[in-house]
Amino acid sequence: MESENRRKALEFKDVRLVYHTKEGETAAAEHMSFCVYEGEFIAVIGPSGCGKTTVLSLAAGLLRPSAGEVCVHGKKGQKGIGYMLQKDELFPWRTVRQNIFLPLEIGKKDTPEHRARVLALAEKYGLSGFLRAYPAQLSGGMRQRAALIRTLAADPALLLLDEPFSALDYQTRLNVCEDVCRVIRGEQKTAILVTHDISEAISCADRVLVLSARPARVVASHTMDFSELSPLKRRESPQFSGWFEILWKELNV
Amino acid sequence: MKHFAKRQRTACSPEHCLYLKKRRRETVLVQALRLGILLLLLGVWELVAQLRLVDPFIISSPSRIFATIGDLAADGSLFVHIGTTLWETLAGFAIAVALGTLVALALWWSERARRVLEPYIVVLNSLPKIALGPVIIVWFGTGSTAILFMTVLVGIIVAIMNMLGGFTATDPGKILLLRSMGASKLQILTKLVLPSSLPAFIGMLKICVGMAWIGSIMGEYISSNAGLGYLIVYGGQVFRLDLVMAATAILCVLAAGMYALVALAEKLLLKK
Repeated sequence: MESENRRKALEFKDVRLVYHTKEGETAAAEHMSFCVYEGEFIAVIGPSGCGKTTVLSLAAGLLRPSAGEVCVHGKKGQKGIGYMLQKDELFPWRTVRQNIFLPLEIGKKDTPEHRARVLALAEKYGLSGFLRAYPAQLSGGMRQRAALIRTLAADPALLLLDEPFSALDYQTRLNVCEDVCRVIRGEQKTAILVTHDISEAISCADRVLVLSARPARVVASHTMDFSELSPLKRRESPQFSGWFEILWKELNV
Repeated sequence: MKHFAKRQRTACSPEHCLYLKKRRRETVLVQALRLGILLLLLGVWELVAQLRLVDPFIISSPSRIFATIGDLAADGSLFVHIGTTLWETLAGFAIAVALGTLVALALWWSERARRVLEPYIVVLNSLPKIALGPVIIVWFGTGSTAILFMTVLVGIIVAIMNMLGGFTATDPGKILLLRSMGASKLQILTKLVLPSSLPAFIGMLKICVGMAWIGSIMGEYISSNAGLGYLIVYGGQVFRLDLVMAATAILCVLAAGMYALVALAEKLLLKK
């Protein structure tokens, strides 16, 4: 098998995806191949409308590739995935506690042990004071944090983050980004972050994938060489603007 | 949450007290004006009738209406009529709501069924149900069954359209979220679509209350031998306007009462 001792969490093998509508067909992805290793934090950037979200839908198994293969942990059937969306999508009629238990109910894992694990997670990341509150009573940042704990509740092996910070105002966005990265690294999760924000990609990820315009394919993969892991500290580091310039140019070819 | 409750319980500043006082005064004023208009209308009506400015035989009067209601209550027939209409309305309402919600569920479940049946629902919705009166009499006779059928018919289409609207308006982002968790269609229905359609359900109840009254009274107009609609038609035929007005007044009170019950249900269900 692999000579490398790192195991693959997700692999796209020459994936092609075509959308069919009444107006015609659109190729969203073509010859897309890449690998995400276990424990790695990947950011995916690309020109707007290039099909970044499509990558996540494929990885989550919500879409089937028209050609090629998508493997999660070497298998084709997807399981153990946590999807975090742009909006928190917390259910307003449930309390935060009931919201973060939702994946357990769906996965028929609603046992005291799993509940205890989720509550411990909530406690660890500062949500325990808000468990009885309804989402409408929380700030945007706190809601997104609750959404992250919900994403982690079913203990997914792979996290898919679809621009999870873009609905927040700038200051909250930096803070929540800091929090989310800390939680993901703390729990040693494999994560793929899709974003249109170059600085966000540089500050969060171990590696940044750059997609081409539609039909999307991977044109570059850059390993971020920061000694710092914290997004805010990375933003202050001297390499930051260098990376920004490189990625900016690649997006605007 | 302790600190949420605390925020609402802080002592009020003089300005805030004044503001609250103003709001209370405004509420009292609105209610006084409401009552005032009613009393004024009744007073003018009574006066016009008493002074014989218009023949009370034609316009009746509040005092004559009360007397008529008293007479009807004295011989017990009032309660028979109220009971008949109330039963038809409530049973028709319940059946229309239950059946309509079930049909809407089926249509939400199968997009193909929805597309196939759409023109039928549209036509049934725009068809004036009273046009089916003769057919209903031939099929179900002239008793309560025919009236009940009419009531259900008037209510069910509205119930279906409102609930289907509620179900299909479910946030696609939340559906995507559940699908990414591997949720089945049944789980999406029970965890998301049904709870998020609660406001649509309440809205549908409110509309169907009105529809049920239309159905039952219309049914009684076509053919009946008891009920408030029967009293109104009968009173009109024998030119007893007192009877027509009395039955109409009772109808107003009952309809308002039923609406108030639904409004109460709304308050209890949508407390959050």
